[in-house]
Amino acid sequence: MERRSFLKMSAALSCAATVSGCNSSSKDVEVVPPTPPVAGENLNWSACLVNCGSNCPVQVYSTDGVITRVESEFTTTDKYGDHDVRACLRGRSLRKRVYAPDRLKYPMKRVGPRGSGQFERISWDEALDLVAEKLQGTIDQYGNESIHFTYNSGARYHFSGKQCLYRLMNLKGGYLNAYGDYSWSQIYEAAGQTYGSAGPGWQGSSVSEMQNSDLVLMVGYNPSEIRMSGSGEAYDFLMQKQKNKFKTILIDPRYTDSAVGKEDQWIAIRPGTDAALFEALAYEWITTNTVDQAFLDKYCVGYDEKTMPAGVGYEESYKAYILDNATVGDSTPGVNAKTPEWAAAITGIEAHIIVELARELAAARAPFIQIAASLNRQAAGENNTRAGYMLPILLGQLGLPGTNCGGLCKGSFLHAPFMPTGANPVKKAISFFTFTQAIEDGKNMTVLSDGVQGVDTDEEGDGKLGTDIKAIINYGGNALINQHSDVRKTEKLLQDESKCEFILVVDNWMTPSAKFADVLLPDVTWLESEDLIYQSYAAGDTATLVQMSSGVDPMFESRPIYEVCVDLAKRMGVEAEFTEGKSRTDWLDQFYAESKAATPGLPDKEVMLKQGIYRKYLPDGGYIVLEDFRNDPEANPLGTPSGKIEIYSSRLADKARTWKLKEGDVISALPKYVPTWEGYEDTETKKKYPLQLTGYHTKGRAHSSYHNVPWLREVVQDAVWMNPLDANHRGLKTGDKVHIFNDRGTIEVEVKVTPRIMVGVTALGQGAWFKPGGDVDKGGCLNVLTTQRTTPVTKGNPQHTNLVEIRKV
Amino acid sequence: MSNNIQYGFHVDASKCTGCKTCQVSCKDRKDLPVGINWRRVYEYGGGQWTENGDGTVSQNVFAYYMSIGCNHCSEPVCVKACPTGAMHKRREDGLVHVAADLCIGCESCARACPYDAPQIDKDRKVMTKCDGCYERLAEGKQPSCVESCPMRAIDFGPMDELKAKYPGAISPDVAPLPESSVTTPNLLITPNRHSRPSGATDGEVLNYSEV
Repeated sequence: MERRSFLKMSAALSCAATVSGCNSSSKDVEVVPPTPPVAGENLNWSACLVNCGSNCPVQVYSTDGVITRVESEFTTTDKYGDHDVRACLRGRSLRKRVYAPDRLKYPMKRVGPRGSGQFERISWDEALDLVAEKLQGTIDQYGNESIHFTYNSGARYHFSGKQCLYRLMNLKGGYLNAYGDYSWSQIYEAAGQTYGSAGPGWQGSSVSEMQNSDLVLMVGYNPSEIRMSGSGEAYDFLMQKQKNKFKTILIDPRYTDSAVGKEDQWIAIRPGTDAALFEALAYEWITTNTVDQAFLDKYCVGYDEKTMPAGVGYEESYKAYILDNATVGDSTPGVNAKTPEWAAAITGIEAHIIVELARELAAARAPFIQIAASLNRQAAGENNTRAGYMLPILLGQLGLPGTNCGGLCKGSFLHAPFMPTGANPVKKAISFFTFTQAIEDGKNMTVLSDGVQGVDTDEEGDGKLGTDIKAIINYGGNALINQHSDVRKTEKLLQDESKCEFILVVDNWMTPSAKFADVLLPDVTWLESEDLIYQSYAAGDTATLVQMSSGVDPMFESRPIYEVCVDLAKRMGVEAEFTEGKSRTDWLDQFYAESKAATPGLPDKEVMLKQGIYRKYLPDGGYIVLEDFRNDPEANPLGTPSGKIEIYSSRLADKARTWKLKEGDVISALPKYVPTWEGYEDTETKKKYPLQLTGYHTKGRAHSSYHNVPWLREVVQDAVWMNPLDANHRGLKTGDKVHIFNDRGTIEVEVKVTPRIMVGVTALGQGAWFKPGGDVDKGGCLNVLTTQRTTPVTKGNPQHTNLVEIRKV
Repeated sequence: MSNNIQYGFHVDASKCTGCKTCQVSCKDRKDLPVGINWRRVYEYGGGQWTENGDGTVSQNVFAYYMSIGCNHCSEPVCVKACPTGAMHKRREDGLVHVAADLCIGCESCARACPYDAPQIDKDRKVMTKCDGCYERLAEGKQPSCVESCPMRAIDFGPMDELKAKYPGAISPDVAPLPESSVTTPNLLITPNRHSRPSGATDGEVLNYSEV
């Protein structure tokens, strides 16, 4: 902006010199006295219910039914441990989101081609008749398994949210299940294979446990950008760091906002190469005898000859693999040993830094190691993550104070019930990420090729899904097109009305996904809702319950989805089962009573309506993941087949033998660094597209939520980050409009030339809204560039694995 | 001024993560449009990258954030530059305000201020700026930016109280801010460990489009 060309040091100096004779205080002007608060101003508590991991409370002020401002809660002493839960910039912008010009005002039906965004207003009666008829018609013609919910997380209500729609469909015979999600599919798998359940993957030690650590290793972990709530992990991390002074090492392609002075060391790494670094650390520890041999012998399977499964030789052990030497007792490295020098050229990290990192980790009294979800959204996401878990395992540093197993930090928890969905009679399931494939040709998707679950199988364990997706319900989410990979491919697929025949979208705004609806229903926003909500799934060490209420009426003709589902249930003949004879108030009272039973300190609802929030710091104390197992592995075996930590996974060995993989995909019994398609080592593709491009969570959105708030677009620039060396090659400077492109598409964004990113790597905040039309997406949606190709094991999303080129417009 | 209260800010740059919540909460309080930011968060950083020729790279990158509203300076150059007396410093609390009915929108103050605090409202052709949330102070509250900060990096109060509360805090002679001798700002900072001195040349503002 022109007025802010620079903080005008030189200009100011000259100004000061020329005007020094003026009065510095004007006595002639008196301002109007402070205005007292407007009479009749109402305060209601509401909350931000997006998918960042925290549900922050907000205080909503309204006058005459109009929201006038939003404030964070400010009701405690704010002493850490009894501190306010302050919403981040997104929560503070909520008024603009409620009153956004693109709010959906009325039920609508599509009148133009699908995706064109051409709709006409219809009545609620007509809309509900149409939806009931289409859903019933799909069930009758294609069966329940042809109806699918796209993944969604944009409106995390407890009472009147997506659960209502699942409940309705379950009462009507069910729908095609999905397993996994865009966040953590490969984490669930990696933790499941290694530690016996998904839990340690996404619920590792709590942030509070860092106080007992002397070295926190953050591999991609970035609480300051992804967990920004003012009582969440970002604040917990800051408080622990400033108080306890532990050393912090960040490994990330970006110099993130979790660095900026809180890091003791930033190690820049190329995306997708973390496993090579981990293997080099393993090499250092093995060759310097700093692995915890007693721990590996007692708690693990597959490290060396002592703990191999029956029938599997030393040559398939982790130690033999790292050393590239299959002879028991011979530690001489082979030519393919995973040395620091080998890893240096792949990761970009100088060998001496790797050696020093290995030494520091081995010397640490209690290293707290976190392997973030960014590693799991890569082409070899399962292996990346498993390879990361080897760090605490090799050092025997898990289940002890101050340590972590590599998992994400577990958030504190108070209970608030969700609307019960009932059970889905349909057992068939696909990976959430393959719904487009199931629209295209679900009939021929199989267990061994596509990870289909819940189908009848033959003697080889294979079986077909046997159905295509013919109807989609998309509630409060943007994965129908924007958050799913390869937007252009999805766009074409959805435009073909002969494939998916009916799309219902329920949302608050005209999102990219909403544009692809056949029927579009307007939901109410959080600030127009009553609900009792909890802190969400990763809110850090403070657990909360918030009693939401509203001082404003639903805007235009928007309606809560609970009421909509009651009306649909009526039309579809399951009203009595759906409501169980309960009114809306009955449900809310019931949920409140259940919460109070689980948390006896929770005041009565009348009190909570006024005080808004109930909180407890670490209600169950700090959490050390796998502590029980560490203390007594016999009494507390893991859920793996062996009951131990499986470095060598027999289940994955089976899959490696039987599954039908695409060329280049690898399933391995051991965690391994796997060079992949569109990875750093894909030299063939790099001839055309030499830059790695990774997505990240921008502070200006939670995924695609809040994209339509101009305040946020202003204060957090949507620009692709590029290292000055790469920018110089291309003649680019900050603010230039650029095209980012590969074979899947082209997007137009601004470039931000910054030293805060690795050479050869670019990064773009994910979630910007796709703008259909033309060959270039001027909305800047990252997923125009990502692929629908799946990860090998979970058939999940490798959305951070992309090669692109960038050119000035 | 001597006997009256002088309000000012303390910003802890070691805590600030650049989240911009202060910027947005300020906009919500006064319903400021896109283009007017009474509070701004500057991203300052630098460092050199070297490709070592063996696939590895070396770097010495640093960055930090600096959140700035109006410093309600003791020597406010904006007031001195104002030809109509619209820009004035209040005797009772030292806050620098604009009297909108006297402002002719000439932007002299904006050109004078080295912190970019006065920001013109182009539609109304009148200057606007951080007013220290004086009406919130009257209610016993802190300014919106202070109460919204998720990292508790901003504080506000009488300068003598802030000095006592933050004995380690220093004058804001850090990049990208000008030297405090220019306007005698009522701003104390706790520096980031990466903070560079005012006028440093090894870094630059990295986020002009956001401020």
